[in-house]
Amino acid sequence: MSSVQRLVERVGEERVAAAMAAFARDFTREAAVHMDACVRCGHCSHACHFYVSTGDPKYTPINKIAPFLNAYRRTAAPWAPLARLFGTAKPVSLTELERWQELIYDACTMCGRCTLVCPMGIDIAALIARARHGMFAAGLVPEDLGAVAERAELSTSPLGATPKVLKERVAWLEDEHGIKVPLDAPRAAVLVTLSSIEIMKYPKSLVALARVLEHAGESWTISTSGYEATNFGLLSGNRDWQRDMSERVIKAAIACGANTVIVPECGHAYGALRWEGANVHGAPLPFEVLHISEYLAALVEAGRLRLEPLAKSLTFHDPCQVSRRGGASAAPRKVLGALGVELRELGDHADAGWCCGGGGGVVAIKHADGLRRGAFRIKMREIEATGAELAVTSCANCRQSFDDGQAYFKWDRSMGSLLELVAGQLREPARAG
Amino acid sequence: MRGGRADFDFGQYAASSRLQHQAENFIPFRFRQTVTLYEFARGPALTASLAVLLAGTLWRLARLAARPAPPDLSAPRGSAATGALRGIAHRFWPHPRFGATIGVSTAVGYAYHVGLAVIVFSFLPHIQFIRQLTGLRWPALPDPVTYFAGGLTTAALVVALVQRRGDPVKRMLSRFDDYFSWLVVFLPVITGMALIDVPRGSGNPAVAVHLLSVELLLAWFPFGKLMHALTAFWSRGLTGAKYARRGALP
Repeated sequence: MSSVQRLVERVGEERVAAAMAAFARDFTREAAVHMDACVRCGHCSHACHFYVSTGDPKYTPINKIAPFLNAYRRTAAPWAPLARLFGTAKPVSLTELERWQELIYDACTMCGRCTLVCPMGIDIAALIARARHGMFAAGLVPEDLGAVAERAELSTSPLGATPKVLKERVAWLEDEHGIKVPLDAPRAAVLVTLSSIEIMKYPKSLVALARVLEHAGESWTISTSGYEATNFGLLSGNRDWQRDMSERVIKAAIACGANTVIVPECGHAYGALRWEGANVHGAPLPFEVLHISEYLAALVEAGRLRLEPLAKSLTFHDPCQVSRRGGASAAPRKVLGALGVELRELGDHADAGWCCGGGGGVVAIKHADGLRRGAFRIKMREIEATGAELAVTSCANCRQSFDDGQAYFKWDRSMGSLLELVAGQLREPARAG
Repeated sequence: MRGGRADFDFGQYAASSRLQHQAENFIPFRFRQTVTLYEFARGPALTASLAVLLAGTLWRLARLAARPAPPDLSAPRGSAATGALRGIAHRFWPHPRFGATIGVSTAVGYAYHVGLAVIVFSFLPHIQFIRQLTGLRWPALPDPVTYFAGGLTTAALVVALVQRRGDPVKRMLSRFDDYFSWLVVFLPVITGMALIDVPRGSGNPAVAVHLLSVELLLAWFPFGKLMHALTAFWSRGLTGAKYARRGALP
């Protein structure tokens, strides 16, 4: 029996109590002020790809946290005693939590676009992440997302890319592509982390990574005890698993004395380590965390990348957690500038970019496929409107969403990798600087 | 227009009204059988509403401040303080990307917010009322400006209500607080507009009704969404600071 199944087996009252206890931990000052300040203007609906693609008011972002807000108003808000006395905040019920499962998981990628439009500046994505803690505690994480998260907790990889599989993949890629991947080096300046999606589905990313690092003459390693950058603990709402998954990487980096940890092309992995890592670790991290696009931009700035120009038009899809919520919108554009491509920006890009629809773990939830693909149409229209020859991004999870959309809609466009694009344009001789 | 409005002194009026009343009713207040509506509005109701406003607002802010605020240990990329100020300032204007979708709603909101500010802070009797309470004073705008602001605010509030009922998203999100808060803002505007032709200093009960409607607003302020007049800055500042640390702009 899985962890989630065990949570579901409990009686309703226990599940609600578990959710309420988890919610209570998340009623921080930021969450309280944000929930308190909402004037229910509904502007956030216009920023949400799920509302825009369906027109259904229930997908209004602030509505998605209703049980969390209800619990707050009943237990922790300044006027909670009055709310209980006058019945203006009803007790949270299992039925209510079950009804909101779709809205908290399937219908929110935690892309944060709603915060752009909110006149109160409410960080609704952060509230959703908090609400998921209570939902997980109540056993209301979608079964498939919960299973993936549990696999990641127990075997280090959500997709079965265990240390053994990683070693086999690395050996195969070294043979096939003539690269050298230093696994478990005792000392290295740079610890490189990977996404299981890359290991299993886009192995050329690992080849590209090795070529770029070799080109830059970097001292680097991949640790088989801390290589997985994705954090399904965060996405599923299990705080303990989130910490465990981050700690593996943090310990591996400390063990090899790395001064830099490179997060792969994965949006939420960047947020989990760069912005949440120190907080779950309980102390500032003794190393710098860079998304691969930031690392590439740093190499460009330092003159350590010698690139063949690419005479093509190209559009770039911003991963929400790297750009809007991560603050690294400029990095990929610096890299693309160095490549000399004709950058044709999407109608909404950088901080205002639309999510691909698959972030926040949504791509792992089977019954969210229809909703997700509806939202993906926004992205298809935007990319087609650019007329660009190529489309690239710096998130394997986004690529996975695009691949799914491409297959489902029989779309004649595909989404590539910024890293792979750069690796393909490296100028020989290999080493520079 | 009647009543020589430009010469009207609310303070003098209120004082003379009190003196007149004291002269007519030298029996101490607590022994009297009846009080006029104006006396009630100007006396115990005002005191009570101000007490509720002050105590309730402090309580609500203190309770929010008392929530745990774990420090952000991530290495900052930018200044949180600058980000907080920027976050507060730049949300006064909608994100350019959303001007087309929320432009009307924002314009309506601005109309009654600015209208209310003009009414409250630029109308001579209101300035004098505030001066009596706080000792602060500043020049008034000509009365017609306030009358125009009153008309604009009334219209904008009606449109806002129509939007709240007509827009499926707003309607779904709305609860008692939204409608009651609307009402307690609307009533002082309407009852104030009704005083335009009432001679100042006439002791008309309509003045008392207006005062009572204002007091209802003051007393409700700490309990409902009107509190966003303060929490909006806090909320914006928190997000501005958080994302400035990240070098992001939301």
